[in-house]
Amino acid sequence: MIATEVLVVGGGLAGSVAALSAAREGAQVTLVSKAESTLKQASGLVDVLGRVDGELVADPFDAIQGLPDDHPYSVVGVDALHGGLALFDDVTGDRYRGGDRNALVPTTQGTVKPTLRYPGSVAPGIAGDGRETLLVGISTDPDFDAKRAAESLDATVPGDVRGVTVRFPRLRDDAKRTRHAKLLTESEEFRAKLVEKIAPRVDGADRVGFPAVFGEDPAFVRDELEARFDAAGAPVSVFEVPTGPPSIPGSRLRDLLRNELEDAGVELVTGVPVVDFEAEPGDTDAGDAADDADRVASVVVDRNGARVPYAPEQVVLATGGLVGEGIDSERDRVYEPIFDLHVPHPDDRYDWSAEGAFGDHAFARFGVRIDAEGRPLGENEAVAYENLRAAGAVVGGADTAMQKAASGVSLATGWRAGTRAAAESGVNNA
Amino acid sequence: MATTTEVLVIGGGSTGTGIARDLAMRGVDVTLVEQGNLTHGTTGRMHGLLHSGGRYAVADQASATECIEENRVLRDIAGHCVEMTGGLFVKRPEDTDEYFEEKLQGCRECGIPAEVLSAEEAREVEPYLAKDIDRAIEVPDGAVDPFRLVVANAVSAEDHGARIETHAEVVDLLTDGDEVTGVRVKHDSGPGKREHGLPGETEEIHAEHVVNATGAWSGQLGEMAGVDVEVRPSKGVMVVMNVRQVDTVVNRCKPKGDADIVVPHETTAILGTTDEEVDDPEDYPEEGWEVDHMIDELSKLVPILSDARTIRSFWGVRPLYEPPDTGTTDPTDITRDFFLLDHADRDGVDGLTTVVGGKFTTYRLMAEKVTDHVCDHLGVRASCVTADEPLPGSENLDRLDSAMDDYGLRSPVARRSKQRLGSYAPDVLGTDEPNPVLCECEAVTRAEVQHAIGQAGTDLNAVRLRTRASMGNCQGGFCCHRLANELHPEYDAETAESSLDELWQERWKGHRHALWGEQLSQAMLNHTLHATTWNRDGDDADVDWDAFATPTRTATDGGSHDRD
Repeated sequence: MIATEVLVVGGGLAGSVAALSAAREGAQVTLVSKAESTLKQASGLVDVLGRVDGELVADPFDAIQGLPDDHPYSVVGVDALHGGLALFDDVTGDRYRGGDRNALVPTTQGTVKPTLRYPGSVAPGIAGDGRETLLVGISTDPDFDAKRAAESLDATVPGDVRGVTVRFPRLRDDAKRTRHAKLLTESEEFRAKLVEKIAPRVDGADRVGFPAVFGEDPAFVRDELEARFDAAGAPVSVFEVPTGPPSIPGSRLRDLLRNELEDAGVELVTGVPVVDFEAEPGDTDAGDAADDADRVASVVVDRNGARVPYAPEQVVLATGGLVGEGIDSERDRVYEPIFDLHVPHPDDRYDWSAEGAFGDHAFARFGVRIDAEGRPLGENEAVAYENLRAAGAVVGGADTAMQKAASGVSLATGWRAGTRAAAESGVNNA
Repeated sequence: MATTTEVLVIGGGSTGTGIARDLAMRGVDVTLVEQGNLTHGTTGRMHGLLHSGGRYAVADQASATECIEENRVLRDIAGHCVEMTGGLFVKRPEDTDEYFEEKLQGCRECGIPAEVLSAEEAREVEPYLAKDIDRAIEVPDGAVDPFRLVVANAVSAEDHGARIETHAEVVDLLTDGDEVTGVRVKHDSGPGKREHGLPGETEEIHAEHVVNATGAWSGQLGEMAGVDVEVRPSKGVMVVMNVRQVDTVVNRCKPKGDADIVVPHETTAILGTTDEEVDDPEDYPEEGWEVDHMIDELSKLVPILSDARTIRSFWGVRPLYEPPDTGTTDPTDITRDFFLLDHADRDGVDGLTTVVGGKFTTYRLMAEKVTDHVCDHLGVRASCVTADEPLPGSENLDRLDSAMDDYGLRSPVARRSKQRLGSYAPDVLGTDEPNPVLCECEAVTRAEVQHAIGQAGTDLNAVRLRTRASMGNCQGGFCCHRLANELHPEYDAETAESSLDELWQERWKGHRHALWGEQLSQAMLNHTLHATTWNRDGDDADVDWDAFATPTRTATDGGSHDRD
């Protein structure tokens, strides 16, 4: 048995925030994850609450007040969100921007999206201040048609938006974004050629947006490109437009969190899925809702075929939702595969989704239900295990995709679970 | 507006386009109208089986004989639409030996090559067959892409001077006393190429003869002429798997029943089917138990299907027909033969012929018979050559391999493109422009999509059917937006957006039937990408810009100012 005070299962945004929160409270933390986190599929923006009942939200903290009682935000409390955001701001420093109102970020599809925190490299592109924009698409990147996106944006945002498509020299037709990023980062000649092509098209634009391919150090690429535009007599701000997968800003955030976890002394064990656990009777006089609950005594991971048991005092489940496979399903049931926690869902599979592609989908709300402490609840509303908490997309109850709230829910529930787990493990050590 | 034509064909399925091609090749001036896309009806909703005839070798030997003959013809004239997978009739212990022998005997009587395989031999052909099967009969079943075949027929008809008009719904028949003299069509306002009419416009097309090849819709069309065509639409479900679990057509060797066939089709395997009468060919229930039934039943033949991932399901409606007063009650007992109804003879209404029943595999033969009849009527004496002239895309296939360079595409991509495009491949792929892959699941490149847009205009569903883009595991989550991008700048951003929404909804409709396990995970990823990353779930035309923060206009944002 490997002893640890807090064991976090899952290495995405919620798991990382939970582990960092617990470590900052002085707990000894181990984070196990089974695979590459889904962060590289995420845009790298941190949305907190951007749409409610179909309407865009400018002030998320105001809109949170009106959410239903079973929304994860309502359950863990807005102070958890503030805690999670403060932690996020602290670890990301000036690499992320944003205040207490949403900004509208242009997307590669020519829409704008409300978000509360965005990478510094995205900041100059924020829509709404009327500055003229030139979007640059790469002819071999079929995800971003700069001209189509520009035409859509031009019809909605203040200020002109134009688009231009350039062919990146020396790249094969199926080059991935990481190849673009490598060239932009490493080849001065390449950057020079690129700006040479685009500068004549600037034509008075205040800013030039590229798909998010500025590599690991976007500030460097921006400075270099801006200096060249300057020299070409076309001074502009250069920015990134966030993309879908594979997302370089998403990978950047993943790497940044990973470094923070290491610096905070969290032990990281990757490539080890949890395959089993053991429960034992819990503390029966804790004097709260978990009085009758068992506790998780050990958690077994699979390390290259070997079963390795951990004996944690506290456990945080942050395995993701349907996408990360923290929630799984069969033809007639939806379940949480590690602890078999209760996942509310309609009996009839055909009630899991709605007819409209953007309808009111039950599946988008699938996940475990938690109490204010972050502890998963059984069907009878009782705490499932006294020392188990859940955070991130494994927690259900809201369609955070349509609400533009998934990252914020990860921050709030991650912070709540991590700080409570640390406090509880401290209690046991006292 | 009004136009004239010698023969007006209604219905853009395999039968209608086959008739249009045949008529045009015999020098007849022909116009074909279709209410939706080509294959909008039954043709676009089949399991993709090219029959050997084995299926009918016991109960309907006339059909079986036609099938094997046409099977050979299509291999010849439509090589780029056909994959000769071979097929097996598999006997389970609970299936009778008598029927197995009857099947074998029937195949031989109908000229269908048939070999008996032991259980071991059958599993050598198809390793995933259940361990407890007894034996199997091997027959030349194949897989066929109905859309590719229909498009090839339409293109060939156009090459011979025909006019093919999709998204043109017949709203009325024009009559003069007891004679049908043409149709009135309404051009749809939906997406698509509009070369003749404008969206919302009606057009009168006058014709010497009208052919009703509308399949399950024949009854509705007959009503316009005041004649009775008693079609009995019967629905069947098809379940699409994520990969080809089998590379051979697997049939269950028993008299008849639901869920008795698996067809390897392109990158998927299609499970089928059911046979249930419905009232309305356009509005009938699509139910989850039908999907479950396919998986559970066919797992008895191919056990890995029970835990395999399915990516969508779809339903089709067969236009079953039997002469009045036949009185068959069970739709599975209704003949699969086709009928030519000469309404002058039958109902005293001149100028109208209806063709109903039949099956996809014998479409060309049906078209030949109908065309003979119409030509007879018109006094045209040319004979049929459709069995000998390869369809566009299928010429010189044997020379294609050697002639085709790989166009800078990774070779699996080039191979898939070549399979879809046939002899068009060099023209379509020989581009100087960058040609990235747009649909990774099906390996469809930009050049192929552009070629399809050239044919189909803004109708991305028609682009999908021509290329298979968006038909793979992710069900378009990662490529629908790329297809929409390709419409721009030829079409404006608003049009691209509405075409995207339309395709996205169409994909979702079938995807809903596969939402569990990995495919539900996929659906959630798609949902997250479209709703969160791209914010495509709202209509945000009127934004209160002042309410939102910008780096240059905010005082309360703890350090969110930008360097500029």
